[in-house]
Formats: sequence, structure tokens, C-alpha cells
Amino acid sequence: MTSSTPHSPAGASDAEAAEGRVYMVSGEDWDEIVAAANEAGDFESGERIVINMGPQHPSTHGVLRLVLTLEGETVVEVRPSIGYLHTGIEKNMEYRTWTQGVTFCTRMDYLMPIFNETAYCLAVERLLGIEDKVPERAQIIRVLMLELNRISSHLGGIAPMGLELGATTIYTQGARLRERTLDLLELITGLRMNHAYIRPGGVAQDLPPGALGGIRAFLDSAPELLRDLHTLIDANPIFIGRNKGVAYLDLASCMALGVTGPVLRSTGLPWDLRKSQPYCGYESYEFDVPVNDMCDAYGRYLIRMEEMGESLRIIRQCVERLAARGSPGPEKDPVMIKDAKIGWPAQLSLGPDGLGPSPEHIAHIMGQSMEALIHHFKLITEGFRVPAGQAYAAIESPRGELGAHVVSDGGTRPYRVHFRDPSFTHLQSVAAMCEGGQVADLIPAIASLDPVMGGVDR
Amino acid sequence: MSGPDGTPKAGSEETHGSQAPQGPVPAAGSGDASETDGNLPARLGEERLAEPVVRMGMFGVQDTPDTSGYGGLRVHRAPGIESPRPYGSYFDEVADELGSALEAAGIGFRDAIERVVADRGELTFHVRRERLPEVAAKFRDDPALRFELCTGVSGVHYLEDTGRELHAVYHLLSITHNRRVRLEVSAPDADPHIPTLVGVYPTNNWHERETWDFFGIIFDGHPALTRIQMPDDWKGHPQRKDYPLGGIPVEYRGAKIPAPDERRHYA
Repeated sequence: MTSSTPHSPAGASDAEAAEGRVYMVSGEDWDEIVAAANEAGDFESGERIVINMGPQHPSTHGVLRLVLTLEGETVVEVRPSIGYLHTGIEKNMEYRTWTQGVTFCTRMDYLMPIFNETAYCLAVERLLGIEDKVPERAQIIRVLMLELNRISSHLGGIAPMGLELGATTIYTQGARLRERTLDLLELITGLRMNHAYIRPGGVAQDLPPGALGGIRAFLDSAPELLRDLHTLIDANPIFIGRNKGVAYLDLASCMALGVTGPVLRSTGLPWDLRKSQPYCGYESYEFDVPVNDMCDAYGRYLIRMEEMGESLRIIRQCVERLAARGSPGPEKDPVMIKDAKIGWPAQLSLGPDGLGPSPEHIAHIMGQSMEALIHHFKLITEGFRVPAGQAYAAIESPRGELGAHVVSDGGTRPYRVHFRDPSFTHLQSVAAMCEGGQVADLIPAIASLDPVMGGVDR
Repeated sequence: MSGPDGTPKAGSEETHGSQAPQGPVPAAGSGDASETDGNLPARLGEERLAEPVVRMGMFGVQDTPDTSGYGGLRVHRAPGIESPRPYGSYFDEVADELGSALEAAGIGFRDAIERVVADRGELTFHVRRERLPEVAAKFRDDPALRFELCTGVSGVHYLEDTGRELHAVYHLLSITHNRRVRLEVSAPDADPHIPTLVGVYPTNNWHERETWDFFGIIFDGHPALTRIQMPDDWKGHPQRKDYPLGGIPVEYRGAKIPAPDERRHYA
């Protein structure tokens, strides 16, 4: 309903309203509000209107609330307000074992679960001093999963961006390709999101039979779908009109505001942690870092599109490497560290009653090896201990630098885990990008940052 | 490692692994007289005895007469130790450059930096809180350091670290030199003030609000230090160690499982 009377039951009362007239906007026609404001002479007198956009708004990428001060169509001030999705993941992790922590942090930024897990596991592995002992096969699978997830995450940014600008076809075309990547993630981990697949010391389990074939089929069909998206969007006059020159943020601002990832690369700086500070063996893969100097929403879109092409290149190399290794089994080519005091003991297999420890593993611990039984029991009930200290591991997530600061007191649970989430950091730059611009430009500006509130609020 | 009661000791990274406790080692620009006797055991003992007591008695006996003979035991906290030179990697260069940059500004290295720890391939400067903005500005502006990017603040609450319970941890990244360092600042619970870094690294605006929200560290000079994740009228700072997880026990068919924070743990 629209209310230009301050005493409407849904509106703020005189006492509540700090100053001026309050308009309650909840899904009706914008014209009505403009008409009411015109009638009251708000525009003529140059009065400013404070508008509350969100937290339930389809264009704010989740529960982001923006407090806008408008002068006509011009945004005078924008203040993002966050915290609506705060779930205390960092605090909860302090009450679980190191391995269980993966299950929590994967839920932070729900578009890039594999990245959350990897950042955390790399930090834990540095604390344990086992960075070099993670098996080669696990590292290849990690890279494979990271790049699959990068594609699904970028599409999870680009497709809704189209939708928010009113182009449903961009959404459906993006979702087509995204579904393929989610199918693969589901095939490999069992879940479309919240995988808890990357674990300290390796990965939860090896690729299932048929996974490589599935990925090859994906690699055959994905370039065409990606090309379709390029054809659909790249030169689209409406898309260009809405995005080019919008949400300008240059290199100096990025540095000051801590902005990384595609936004930073759209200012001309080819900074990518996969190249500059490689992890998981990224230094051995061939790929390029897309970069341009447009500094705007369109430039960021182009970089995300090109990065998906590069991800396909990396995935192809992963598949070649895995195919060359064959599948000699967990003894010869393990996916979990050999250290029996750290590596998760159980090999999973699918039985008639669902997924569980394999019959061979049960026979081994129950009938053959007392030590294996002890390790199994200790690791699963108590978890492993991590030497006291602190570590910071950073990876190049689809949105920018994702850092995990992990502190141990020497016990079986993290003493403190903090995630430096790129979405959280980037939302600070909304004011720098949008103030002084049109209110309509706010939508592509926020979409070009690709914030995910699950990661912002944690 | 952890104390017998499962709590971390002071600056717990120092007690890890092969790094035996070392006396203070002079770094750039400090002509400390303790150069030769830094490793003497007697000196280490003195240092430790000067630290606050963290535990009394043995075997946790509280309510019955102590018959073990260890009732008068007083365990002092391990003193914060410092990595010996050379730190390895690019760390020595960074420390030297910082020393000369501070000296050029008329600040002694020891006036600004409490100690330096190199552990697991990461370099940590423990900065005295009153010097934090100057040190951070040097890290950002000095051509040989040039840490352009700060990746935020992470608070840590060391409940047992008497007199410096609250830590604010900053990770700096130099894109020019492709290096990382960590700055760590501490403040006592009784006086939880740390100067803000928003002036040097504007990105810390929200990060400091988050750290205030969760730990109650007051960043002096912050433009608008308000809660950011929790509701404005929330009581307490949830990530502190003396703040419970706040879970509720789960009941089902007459059985009750305690809240997560009250379940058994092995630390």
C-alpha cells in the first residue's frame, strides 16, 4: 500500500519518522508513489526521499537491505545494511572437530561451497604441516571441483543479473549450463550444494565410476552453451546500455576498499591468486587470466564469461591427468593423506541400505587390525589434534580473495576460525559505485559485484 | 600445545613444534644488551616467573584437603617468545625495511613492535596498539614494503592470556612484491581499545565493525562503530570465549540431548 499520511497503521508514526513524510512501498505500482510525492511537492522542493530497498527484494541477491536517499531519480546516498542471514557459522565451528568444520563452512557462500571448504582445509593443512603430503590425486580432484564450481558460481551471478535487468532468456540460458555443472557436482559428491567434499588431508572420496565420462560429455557440450550465452548477451544493445559505464570503480578505489577478483581484474590488474600464489598445484596448469580496463559492470561480466572458458581448459587438463592415472584404487593412488592419525579412516561404499563405510573397511577394523579400529574410533569420536598456532590461507574464489584465518590451541577443535569473505568486503564499495548515479543503475551495480549474502553474513 | 585445562597459552603459536622457546632476539635497529644471554635457562625462568599465574594446585583438587603435596603449585603463563633471526624467506627483508622506515620517522623498532614470530611460513608482527596506525601506514606507503591491500580484521579472544585477552589480527598483502604479513595487536579485556585502521585501509571499515560486534573491541576513531551482523540492541559480543554457544537442549520422546556447547569434548 502507499501511504502519504503519516498516521497509516503500516506507516511510521510522527514520532518514529525522523523527518519528513514516510512512504511505505510494498509491491504496488511505482507510479502511485511518484504521483503521491509529486502531489505533496516533494520533488519541486528538492526534498530527499529515503527508501528502504530490501531485505526482501528480488534484485538484491538475497536478503540485502539498501537504505537509499534519493533526490528524484538520483541516488544521493546508499547504505547497505547486512546481517539478515547471520547464522554464527564461525562460532559453531569452535564446537566441532576439525573435520566437522568443513560441513559448516561449506554453507557460508552457498554458490561456491567447494571454495569455502578448500580455503578452510588449506589453512588446517598448513597448521598440521601436511601441505606437501596431500596426495597428488586429491589435489587434481580439488582443482577439478574448484573449476566446476567456479563455472556454476559465475553462472549463478550472470544469469540472475540478466533476470534483474528484465531478460529472462539470459536466466534460462545460464541456468541450462549451470544445471550441467551441478549435475556433475552431484554425481561426484552426492549433493548439488553444501558438499563437505574437500577434507583436511584430501577429499572425502574418489571419483565414482562414470564421473570422467560425465565430465567429458560436459566438456563436449559446455563450449556451445557458453557460446550461446556470448551470442545472446555480448553485443545486446539493451544489456550494453544498462551495464557499460555503470558502477565505475578504478584500481585505486579497489585497493583502498580491498576489492579483488573479477572486479579488480576489470580495472586492468591481472591479479589472480592461482597465478601469483598458487595452491593445489595450480602452477602446473595452463590457463590465462582474463583482464580488461573497463572498470564497469560490463567489463566484469566479460571477465566472468572468459573465466568460464579458462575453467573449461583447466577441467580438460584435470580429466587428462586423471585418465592417465587410471584408477588403481585407494592403496596405490589415494585421495586422502596416508597418515593414519589424520586421514579419515572409512572408505565409503553404496550398500543396500545407503551410503556407508565399505564392508571391507568394517571387516578390516573388526577382524584384522586392532590399530585400525583404534584409529577409526579415535578419529571419528574425538577427531585429530592440530598443533597450536595460527594460519591464513587465501584462494581465488569466483568473487575474489577468500581467506581463512584459523587458530588452534592444540586441541581437537578449532579455537577460532574467521573467513575473509569477498562478498562482505565488496559490498562496502556500493556507495562508491552508485552515489551520484541513477537509481536504476543500482541493480546492475550490485549484480556486477555478485555478492552472496550467505557469505556476507556467515 | 594446550594447557592441561584445554585452554591456549599466551600467543599459542610460539610453543609449537621444533621451535624451542627463545629469549628476546634483537631485530633491526635495536642494540639490545641481551644479545648473548638470551638463551640462558635461568633467564627464561625469570621471564616466566614474571608472567601471571594461570593455574594453581595439581589434579584439579578444589574442595577436599590436598594430600598430594602439590596443592601450592603455581603455574605461570609461558612468556611470549620471539623467533630468532634469520626468519627465512623474504621475512628478514621485510623486518629490516620496516625497521629503517620506522627509524626514519623517529620511532624505534622496539617501541612499535613487541616481537616478531615466523611460523609455518607466515610472518607475524606483534604491534603495540598505540603504534598500530603508524606501523600500518609504513607498511602501505614505504616503497620497499608496499602492502597495498588489507584483507580485514579477525578478532581472537584468548581468555587465559591475562592482560592481553583480545587480539585483532590483520593480514596485509603486497601486490607489488607478492608478499603477505600479519599484524597482531592485543588489548586487555578491561580496556578493549585499539586505534582504527580505517584511515589507512578504508576496507577495514566493515571488518572493524564486525570485530566490535563479535568481540567488543572498540576501534578508536572509527567513523561509525556500530553493530553490523547482530541486531542493534543485542546484548554481549557472541564470539567471545565467555559467551556460550547458546544452543538449546533437544528433547524427543523423553530423551534429552544437551546443547552443543555442553556436550563432551576432548580438548
